[in-house]
Amino acid sequence: MPGFLERVETALGDDSLKVALGRATERLASRRSTALSGLENSDLVRDMARRAKLGLLKDLAGNLETFERNLKKNGIQVHWARDGKEANRTVVEIARKAGCRRAVKSKSMVTEETHLNQALLAAGVDVLETDLGEYIVQLAGTTPSHIILPIIHMTKERIGRVMHERISVPYSDDPEVLCKIARVKLREAFLSADLGITGANFGVIDTGAVCLVSNEGNARLVTSLPRVHVACMGIEKLVPTLADLDLMLKVLGRSATGQKITTYSSLVTGPRRPGETEGPEEMHVILIDNGRSDILGGDLAEILGCIRCGACLNACPVYKHIGGHAYGDTYPGPVGAIVTPGLRGVAAWKELPDASSLCGACKEVCPVRLDIPRMLLQLRKAAVDLGTAPWTLALGLWGFGAVASRPGLFRLAARVGGFAARLLARDGWIERLPGLPGGWTRSRDLRAPAPKTFQQLWRERQARKPASPRPALPPVPGRPLGADRTRKDV
Amino acid sequence: MKVQLFHTCIVNAVYPEVGLSVAAILERLGVEVEVPLGQTCCGQPAFNGGFHADARKVARHAVDVLSATEGPILIPSGSCADMMVHQYHLLFAEDRAYRDKAHAVSERCHEFSQFLVDVLKVTDLKARLTLKAAYHPSCHLLRGLGVRHQPRLLLDEVEGLECLPIKDQEECCGFGGMFSVKNAAISGGMMEAKLGNLEASGAEAVVSCDMGCLMHLAGGLHRRGSKLKVKHLSQVLLEGMS
Repeated sequence: MPGFLERVETALGDDSLKVALGRATERLASRRSTALSGLENSDLVRDMARRAKLGLLKDLAGNLETFERNLKKNGIQVHWARDGKEANRTVVEIARKAGCRRAVKSKSMVTEETHLNQALLAAGVDVLETDLGEYIVQLAGTTPSHIILPIIHMTKERIGRVMHERISVPYSDDPEVLCKIARVKLREAFLSADLGITGANFGVIDTGAVCLVSNEGNARLVTSLPRVHVACMGIEKLVPTLADLDLMLKVLGRSATGQKITTYSSLVTGPRRPGETEGPEEMHVILIDNGRSDILGGDLAEILGCIRCGACLNACPVYKHIGGHAYGDTYPGPVGAIVTPGLRGVAAWKELPDASSLCGACKEVCPVRLDIPRMLLQLRKAAVDLGTAPWTLALGLWGFGAVASRPGLFRLAARVGGFAARLLARDGWIERLPGLPGGWTRSRDLRAPAPKTFQQLWRERQARKPASPRPALPPVPGRPLGADRTRKDV
Repeated sequence: MKVQLFHTCIVNAVYPEVGLSVAAILERLGVEVEVPLGQTCCGQPAFNGGFHADARKVARHAVDVLSATEGPILIPSGSCADMMVHQYHLLFAEDRAYRDKAHAVSERCHEFSQFLVDVLKVTDLKARLTLKAAYHPSCHLLRGLGVRHQPRLLLDEVEGLECLPIKDQEECCGFGGMFSVKNAAISGGMMEAKLGNLEASGAEAVVSCDMGCLMHLAGGLHRRGSKLKVKHLSQVLLEGMS
């Protein structure tokens, strides 16, 4: 895989990506804000949702054990997977034991993380994605670029070409035509599949159930038609009760797509029971760690409260410019910039937390109010503490620390630096700088420092002042509007 | 009333006129302005870069200098104010000796527009200025300090000044300190989008409360050969008052 900056250049050079991303994120962001403003007590609901998610992290192990017991009571078989390989092996083993050869999948990010499809194919199990976006991703042989809109980066023309090339249907760029074609293909697969694989949006602890939400109804077919259903679930995806699930569903649909509620919300409570005519014969839940318990103890624990709505992606100006693939791993955008280094180690992924202006738009839209900027700052610190920063930068900031803590030296540096910078300037502007600062002049000029610093001007001004200061005007009686707004404290 | 002006390093080195206009407005309102001359920087560049030890060195110095003074501390930058109000907690979390001292300083800090509207309760400065302005809410001011209305209230009271609507007004301009250098391509893309929206508004000047963002936008405008000017809120207000 090319490096982060190369991936960024590729993304920025892709004009159709810009068009596709711009259109979709703008629409989503405005629909989100309309939907949330229509939710009664939305601030309170968000606070309660946050409390429910973060509260159970305090005893995640205990909560998982309770969840496991309640799943088993419902006749669901439970498996634990330490990492992706173990998770994939478990699915393959379940398929082998039950003699399954054809799998259908509904959308699941954790199986993107573990690369389950490759593992199944290698074991001789055919697998088909049934979420429309994921289906096209699979046909195109790429990866999703958004956690809820896998093909947000593709225009309808490109989708038409992919379908034409891969499944030999006539080219069309009419979304309705393309959907109809996909529907026919997917129906065939649903009816012949013997294994259904899903993720899990939420695991409800007290009920021992798995909640799945989708807009296409495919998750229902995946969980009800094949003989065997396997739900793959990250260990952080719990909610304590059905009442808490209600909070989550209230904010999830609204934050993700601006819907009051996702079209299909399913609560799967186990395999077919005696006397029932439908449903799988066996159901399995695989609880996947894959790095999550390493996050749990540290500064990033809060990110495990993420409900994967994607609102932070749609709000992030960086994501909107570079799209999902530039992030280089399963989870893009602000949440990915934390989850990826968290799961895989910050040393190899330090560019992600750096690629943020810390504008805070993600924190503003997060339904569970995750303090993403704080976690980005802590990851940057962790990267520096590991000694991964370029020595020039480390030296520069060491120098900054040494100089800016000594006022005399700081004044001298300002004068010397200002003088040197003015030598480089033409009419007060510097057009090109060498080395790291050259990043600045790549797309903008740099205003040269002023001939005299503020402090110099201030001293001169004070010296000129008469001994007794000119009587000042009395304060203007202004409207006290906004006077009740005080500093927001964290 | 007496305030301490923490002028920020960008104002000191690049935009000294902003410090002077802030002081002039305060003095007109009957507020005495003191500038602690030992001040340097709030430490944000190193802090945001992840270099907490270096940041602490600088921040400790700022805390020392400001602790020796009394009264409100006024900062003509949403970003530096947010650093001092919110991030010092994080920076000094494990530094017992400075935690309380830094907290006391944090409590005294106000951004310029916040100070006028929330503390002095002033919005109408009897200013008159014919200007088509585009207000750019800088991110740390808006989402860090939660200052959304104060600058607009002040601008609304300026007779003859028209505050034009901007597309995607609350979207980041792409500055982000070190981000603008380390991730120059993304930062440049964000800047181009912002400049396009600002120019399309028909404004003559971009008004903001952060010279970091304005230095970045001004650099982009200069490269484009644009006539659009950048101004700190205090410059616009003072111009209208004289």
